[in-house]
Amino acid sequence: MYHSFDEIKAALDHGTSVESITKHYLKRIDEKKHLNAFLEVFADSALAQAKRVDEKLKNNTAGRLAGVVIGLKDNLAYKDHKVSASSKILEGFVSLYTATAVERLIAEDAVIIGRLNCDEFAMGSSNENSAFGNVLNPHNEKMVPGGSSGGSAVAVAAGLCTASLGTDTGGSIRQPASFTGTIGFKPTYGRVSRYGLLAYASSFDQIGPFANTVKDVALLTEIMAGKDEFDSTLLQEDSKNFLPAFDTTRKLKIAYIKDCIESEGIDPEIRSRIFEIIEKLRSLGHTVNAVDFPYLNQMIPTYYVLTTAEASSNYARYDGVHYGYHSSNAEGVEDTYKKSRSEGFGEEVKRRIMLGTFVLSHGYYDAYYTKGQKVRRVIQNKTKEILTNHDFIILPTTPTTAFEIGANVADPITMYLQDIFTVQANLSGNPAISLPLGNHSNGLPFGIQAMGKHFDEAGLLSFSDYLMSNCK
Amino acid sequence: MKITDETIDHLSHLARLEFNGDQKERIKTDLTKIIDFVDQLSSVNTDGVEPLIFMTETENVLRDDVDVVTISQTEALKNAPVHDTDYFKIPTVLKK
Repeated sequence: MYHSFDEIKAALDHGTSVESITKHYLKRIDEKKHLNAFLEVFADSALAQAKRVDEKLKNNTAGRLAGVVIGLKDNLAYKDHKVSASSKILEGFVSLYTATAVERLIAEDAVIIGRLNCDEFAMGSSNENSAFGNVLNPHNEKMVPGGSSGGSAVAVAAGLCTASLGTDTGGSIRQPASFTGTIGFKPTYGRVSRYGLLAYASSFDQIGPFANTVKDVALLTEIMAGKDEFDSTLLQEDSKNFLPAFDTTRKLKIAYIKDCIESEGIDPEIRSRIFEIIEKLRSLGHTVNAVDFPYLNQMIPTYYVLTTAEASSNYARYDGVHYGYHSSNAEGVEDTYKKSRSEGFGEEVKRRIMLGTFVLSHGYYDAYYTKGQKVRRVIQNKTKEILTNHDFIILPTTPTTAFEIGANVADPITMYLQDIFTVQANLSGNPAISLPLGNHSNGLPFGIQAMGKHFDEAGLLSFSDYLMSNCK
Repeated sequence: MKITDETIDHLSHLARLEFNGDQKERIKTDLTKIIDFVDQLSSVNTDGVEPLIFMTETENVLRDDVDVVTISQTEALKNAPVHDTDYFKIPTVLKK
């Protein structure tokens, strides 16, 4: 078992090859098949790439990720490989190009080992919305792994790859990281190119890594980050050094949101763990202040109005004609669209397309969509205000530990509330990370979340590393 | 807010989706619940607040106006469920 890239590098130094590391992971994936984390294993292309990297290592021309084996969430394009967003509507679809984020990892000699199960089109918090079956939590197989990047979280938690990529629109990296005891990082909106990501909600979506160490998360983010001619929302400066280096003489000002900690429905053990960490930080000489954030109940509604509107527009491309699932029961063009989409999309996706269509429809646009954009600004301003007076915000990642498979499927709203603590960072665009700092008496892990200022990945990751070493 | 059959028919046509029988009842119930839930938005005072539309401050990120072929015709047709050598195909529109 390789826990981190450092362990892999040590193995390489002792004569192990990238090919044998890749084979180790392939074997492990096969042993853990029942978790249903991988939708497809790219054994042939992974081994071919591993051999190329071994050659480069011999010639001292290998990139910074030589030896790292990475799994991709099934919504990231990888040329000549299938991608389906865990949806029937894209079954059999083969990518024509590679996502920029993935391309950059490959350019540094990472091996891509397969595509990972997720909620259909990244819509969900439990991985139960996948058209290809749910994913089991390796800590307790009766439990969900979280979602939507459930497969990506499990792949790292179960040692099926060194690191994985996920995407985070409302918490889809951080929430499953919390449920599986892994580190999950959502960079600032505008930091990592989304070219080649199958869009869900374009003003929210971010690509980010899962790994076991902050150092690995930082390295992958640093390599993926930076401007790209195919995504015009990116910050137009070159990627900086994100490798954690906390200045231990520095005294921080940290905020915690009172409304989150006091909210109903938060598990008492998670609440007391947050207070324990606050006390620890104080004892180390940092200032930790309680702040008010009076919009807790409005965040999920804002998120649903805006993301479903964007999704209903993004998903117009799935028409049953140009690619993907095509209904054979249809007559004429309109019927082809309607039948292909109705038979191809799953229930949750259709539900969100309908809500998005509603909030954008004549007569409701201003009351819902424009109102949502205004509330989003209020939330962003309030977040900025807190982070003007503080270096970081700490809060729980999830109100509970992983729940049982099937427990929340009946009512979409209880499932939506899973994202209550993670969605703020997506509404405001800030970077946020979930760190595996909690162990519940029920035997399951939970995450503690830290949020930083826009584009301060370097600071946030250094602080994360500091938390991991001081608050274990 | 009450969601009627007519609202569902109208929205599903706009979204190019179909809901029949049980599915229609289910989406009606779900949408009613979800719209009630998102109505909590109205409790936030947004007087004088401009809608937040762009999430980054970068403006006019443009590339040079040079034409490039990014996808060939063969590639474009590769994933099409029904096609011939040159075209995407759809079912017959006009019947004889």
